[in-house]
Amino acid sequence: MSIDWVAFIADAIRLATPIVFAALAALICRQAGMFNMGIEGMILWSALGAVAFAHYSGSMWVGLLGAVLVGLGSGMIIAFASITGKADLYLTCIASNLAATGGTLFVMFVLTGERANTASVFRSYQIPNIDIPVIKDIPIIGKIISGQSLLTWIAVLSVFLVWVLLKKTKLGLRIRAVGENPHAAESVGISVPKVGYVSFGICGIMSGLSGAFLSMSFVTFFMKGMSNGRGYIGLSAQNMANGEPVGSALAGLLFGFSQELSTTMKNQTNFPTEFLEMIPYAATILALGITGMVAIRKRKKIEQGQTNTKEG
Amino acid sequence: MADEVLRMEHITKIYSNGFIANQDVTFGVGKNEIHALVGENGAGKTTLMKVLFGMEPSQEGKIFINGQEEKLQNPLHAISKGVGMVHQHFMLLPSLTVAENVTLGVEPTKGALYDFDRAVKETQEIADKYNFDIDARARVRDLSVGQMQKVEILKALIKGVKILIMDEPTAVLTPQETQELFEQLFILRDDGVSIIFISHKLEEVMHICSRVTVLRHGRSMGTYDTSELTEASLSKLMVGRDVVLKIEKEAPKLGKSVVSIRDLVKVDTTGKKVLDGISFDIREGEVVGIAGVEGNGQTELSQVLSGLGVFAGGTVELNGTPIKGKSVREIRDLGMAYIAEDRMVEGVAGNMSIKMNIVADRFTKKDFKKGLFMDAKKINDIADRYIRDFEIACDNRDQPVRMLSGGNIQKVVVAREFTSGANFLLACQPTRGIDVGTAEMIRKTIVRKAREEKVGALLISADLNEVLECSDRLLVMHKGKIVAAFPKANEVSEETLGEYMLGVKEMTAEEMEGLL
Repeated sequence: MSIDWVAFIADAIRLATPIVFAALAALICRQAGMFNMGIEGMILWSALGAVAFAHYSGSMWVGLLGAVLVGLGSGMIIAFASITGKADLYLTCIASNLAATGGTLFVMFVLTGERANTASVFRSYQIPNIDIPVIKDIPIIGKIISGQSLLTWIAVLSVFLVWVLLKKTKLGLRIRAVGENPHAAESVGISVPKVGYVSFGICGIMSGLSGAFLSMSFVTFFMKGMSNGRGYIGLSAQNMANGEPVGSALAGLLFGFSQELSTTMKNQTNFPTEFLEMIPYAATILALGITGMVAIRKRKKIEQGQTNTKEG
Repeated sequence: MADEVLRMEHITKIYSNGFIANQDVTFGVGKNEIHALVGENGAGKTTLMKVLFGMEPSQEGKIFINGQEEKLQNPLHAISKGVGMVHQHFMLLPSLTVAENVTLGVEPTKGALYDFDRAVKETQEIADKYNFDIDARARVRDLSVGQMQKVEILKALIKGVKILIMDEPTAVLTPQETQELFEQLFILRDDGVSIIFISHKLEEVMHICSRVTVLRHGRSMGTYDTSELTEASLSKLMVGRDVVLKIEKEAPKLGKSVVSIRDLVKVDTTGKKVLDGISFDIREGEVVGIAGVEGNGQTELSQVLSGLGVFAGGTVELNGTPIKGKSVREIRDLGMAYIAEDRMVEGVAGNMSIKMNIVADRFTKKDFKKGLFMDAKKINDIADRYIRDFEIACDNRDQPVRMLSGGNIQKVVVAREFTSGANFLLACQPTRGIDVGTAEMIRKTIVRKAREEKVGALLISADLNEVLECSDRLLVMHKGKIVAAFPKANEVSEETLGEYMLGVKEMTAEEMEGLL
């Protein structure tokens, strides 16, 4: 088989974009002490929101803004149920994901009369790809860096912004404090619910961008179940990196590569498609297993180290 | 006093379950003073301070800060009035730096960003001013316990504390760290911070405090200048019995040794010895009592004996078999019954039925099985019988245990433990927080089992009435050691007991010869 490696890498980065957004969404909530499994559903709603807003307004930008607002809104619903309503976060997330699967289909049917996708009814809008002058003429690098979607660049910028937010701002410090020990944070006058809502808000914006990428860049329509586990993969990605923004993004990139690998092998080999489609998910399990083992080993080392110093 | 910065007047605090934690307590702290608040566990010290810190509302009483009456709604409000509290359990964020912990809630900013450098500078300035050996850039998880405590004090100082409450600050410190803390407290005091020092370590109180207020059973026993007290007279004020309880019992007929403990050592996670070379025997027919201020190794001793905790050195034999490395089930099979200190955690499974809790220690035995299944009829019969015998007030045997009152829950526990057929009964705080009638039944049953069924019992209790009246022999624990032993518990005076419990006196090995 012959693989065009340059195209392979470029596509992998493209595929990684929504996962990186999902990972950022997940890590913000994690830093605030909440394991948000609802990102999958939030992405799905946002993807539908993107095409609907774009179609009815006739503007791609309104579509993008709509996706973000829908992501924000769906995040607020989960936050309200779990923070104000004190419902169990996991159960809330599972319920909201199931509701998203059915709910997006229902809304799509009401708006378009279609059951599978919106392609035949909604006009298609695409977030522009950015051709970078000069760089695009450099061999290999030009093909990889130039021509990527605007949202891919926003993803890169977001990784940096989220890092600054968490490490360099007062809000970030408070988010981390609440995540580590809510009682300690509360004892110095930090409102734990407020920090929770803010975290869910940022999480919603990231999920919205992820959804917008799926329905306005990856393809240019909404189809049922199009988030396809990316919310969960994003959760795994941030988990591998212990909630660190840059590491999470790199882990997201790794998953992008495994997806691209599965696509390429589908075209180039005779492996059963069903088996190849498993690759990204198998990679997720493998990655989680390995990071888990590394963490256990590290903890053991620390424990032994501490007992050593105690005795010594 | 004219220059009193704090005055609490006629504070009465009754918890919703009817427990009176403070009753008409009046208490004042002067400027530049380290004021001790002493009392046994449960005397109401912490509750009084929670009222002051706005964590618990009081039913009656007034609080004056600098002569101004204040109604403190919550800790934030208290902090804004200059009250700070260093909790026994630290409220820190281990993964963050010292500066971040200290400035959390009052973060300095530079534009949109958190100004970490200024946070470090502000923190380091205060730390240096009071001689705290702390690097503001260090991560809290890398600090020693003593340094973590300094971070807690810094947190209060940066918010401009004028009245600093320290809840048993030396409990977690080494002697060197304690000494260092005292010197820093003196600096703070001279700088105009009034300190309320909660402790039951008398030598520390006498050493650093100018005045002391004594609480006993929620009531104030008065405020004294430490110069007019001795450790002995202070311990007499702290330890005392309100009502004297009497249990009629004849002299024990001692049989063979049931439990034999030799040089038992247990080390906690920080490497401190919480049980330090304990040796004693419990023999058939007797009740051995252990008195002591809580936190001196009693809980750890019961953990070791019940098999719930491991120990580092020494031997423990139950009916001649060493229990080291054995599971709770194996130790129970050797003949141990255990009334746990916290009944909701270790005594019962709250959501399960009364009958299941009663048979929890024996349902795997053959008698209670019918082929693969449990013998429902037998279990029901036994549950009904014990509900009747122990007068457990409930709707029926299938009612979840958590629905019962504290006393009835404890009856379920003792119904199981008293009937297990064990010849060693380990009873930890068996009557804590329950009604008088049930408490009397439990105490009498413990004595009766020793007398009539040749059981050896170990009674660990913070209730002096109980240990003095139920026990035959009495041992006193202090700092993980047995510091005193008395042949006849009901002849020991409270004053004598108090002096040993609080570490004023200690018996030599010769004095305790033959009593262990």
